[in-house]
Amino acid sequence: MLEISDLFCGYGQVSALKGISLKVGKGELVALVGANGAGKSTTLRTISGLVNARSGTIRLDGVDVTRAGPQRMLQMGVAHCPEGRRVFPHMSVADNLAMGAYLRPTDAALKADYARIYDDFPRLAERRHQMAGTLSGGEQQMLAIGRALMSRPRLVLFDEPSLGLAPNIVEQMFAIIGAIRDAGTTVLLVEQNAFAALELCDHAYLLETGRVIKAGRGAELIDDPHVRAAYLGG
Amino acid sequence: MSRVIAPLLLVVLALLPLWLKDPYLLNALIITGIFTLCAMSLNLLLGFTGQLSLGHVAFFGIGAYVSALTALGFDVELPFGLVLVVEPGSPLLGFVLAVLVTALCGYLIGRLAFRVRGAYFVIVTISFAEVVRLVALNWVDLTQGPLALTSIPNMVLPLPGLGETVLRTKMQNYYLVLGMAVVGYLVVAQLVTSRFGRAMRGLQQNESLALSLGINATRTLTVAATLSAAMAGAAGSLYAHYLRIIDPDVFLFSYTVTMVIMVVAGGKGTLAGPLVGGLIFGLLPVALRPVMAPEAQWIVYGGVLIAILFLMPQGIVPALDALTRRLRRARPAKSAPGAVEAGANP
Repeated sequence: MLEISDLFCGYGQVSALKGISLKVGKGELVALVGANGAGKSTTLRTISGLVNARSGTIRLDGVDVTRAGPQRMLQMGVAHCPEGRRVFPHMSVADNLAMGAYLRPTDAALKADYARIYDDFPRLAERRHQMAGTLSGGEQQMLAIGRALMSRPRLVLFDEPSLGLAPNIVEQMFAIIGAIRDAGTTVLLVEQNAFAALELCDHAYLLETGRVIKAGRGAELIDDPHVRAAYLGG
Repeated sequence: MSRVIAPLLLVVLALLPLWLKDPYLLNALIITGIFTLCAMSLNLLLGFTGQLSLGHVAFFGIGAYVSALTALGFDVELPFGLVLVVEPGSPLLGFVLAVLVTALCGYLIGRLAFRVRGAYFVIVTISFAEVVRLVALNWVDLTQGPLALTSIPNMVLPLPGLGETVLRTKMQNYYLVLGMAVVGYLVVAQLVTSRFGRAMRGLQQNESLALSLGINATRTLTVAATLSAAMAGAAGSLYAHYLRIIDPDVFLFSYTVTMVIMVVAGGKGTLAGPLVGGLIFGLLPVALRPVMAPEAQWIVYGGVLIAILFLMPQGIVPALDALTRRLRRARPAKSAPGAVEAGANP
């Protein structure tokens, strides 16, 4: 579904990606793991068009989308759930969800989609008129996921969905992401919580300073001695 | 909170002239209303997109000049020996042209400045206002320069049952300004809760997230600047046809400062904020005039501003919002004042 080859990218003088190549098959959950500054987030930002690639290509279903830009990528079915500040704090939960459907304002199926998301996340339904900034961290992350789904994506890019959440919420979050994959949506997941990500994913890529240094099935990487030593605490 | 304040203010202001017959006070209310309209238009940009237009007076002044010149007619020599002659037209046509021309100016400024945003937009708008002021001062053929455009006709409205009515009295102009303020308020209210409004607020609250959702930042901000400029232009047109004389002083920087003060003190990003701020800072000088010397008036004016921003950094309307939320929470629980932490939300 998504195929990246020899992608170079950087901010000013700094090179963030130095020739990344990876593949995400349809219906798969693929994880990118690695330390801080390995280029995981930059890879996602380049795919969704927020950052421009210096060279290399990104193909979606065989179509070159390297310079498509965020709007076009979203229209092609790629939703990005960025890290850090995940919601619009001074907007209601309902308005935040509406932002996810920004590019399809007249879609007849919109109502059904709201209902489905409120069904999946009852907490959001309870708080639909509350400002998103007053939600707890876990609720904000659920809102961010719900918002990403509002664009009816075929591929969702999750950037550090577990960052800053309590351990029991993290578990819940990974269950939700697994369920999204099981429902047929392709997922590309960036995660620092390497163990959880490797357990959940179909395939994984290990990134180090802008390069892919290992690839394989999640279970393989968990058993890899180098990965164990460097990322899983021995 | 805006839902309570705005209708309440409307009722009070609509009934006010029934017992307030003093023409001086009525005049003060009209001018205050016009500047409140400007503050509402500035709030659309500053409050809902976070972009500060420090040359907002330019749109106000251009609106005033376009409307006045349309009503008065003019002839100017253009390059290549061409002469442009415009016959005097209806003030209503002037109003429409003022809105259109200022909208175009807002669009161009937006296109120019919003690729980079932030400080650049502030600089571009200040420069624009200064350039326009110098043009108004020096293009004497067109604007009469410092001699001012005089004898501008009053606004004409086709009223149902009365036909074309010239709005000569203060009472008529008062209701004209009040009506325009209502229209402006409703337009802004409709706008900010629409899909477009969500895009504006989204860009302000979390730009990179908004971009990732497919929002085109340059286009959204440019549309906001266009609408904001058009509203300020409408206010300028009302000003010209009410005062019936305008000179290049309509481009004074201090007018922009007044608008910013009205928006920030009232509460930027709220619908009622510019109304509350506009009324307070529009009428404060009037209230102070009979009781103290001019110098003292300005000291008090500044003191009130500092006090408001010190006690209510988000502005008056958000502070009232927090207060009512706190009261509502405290009453059913009958709890000590300790249980109010949620009131601190901005």
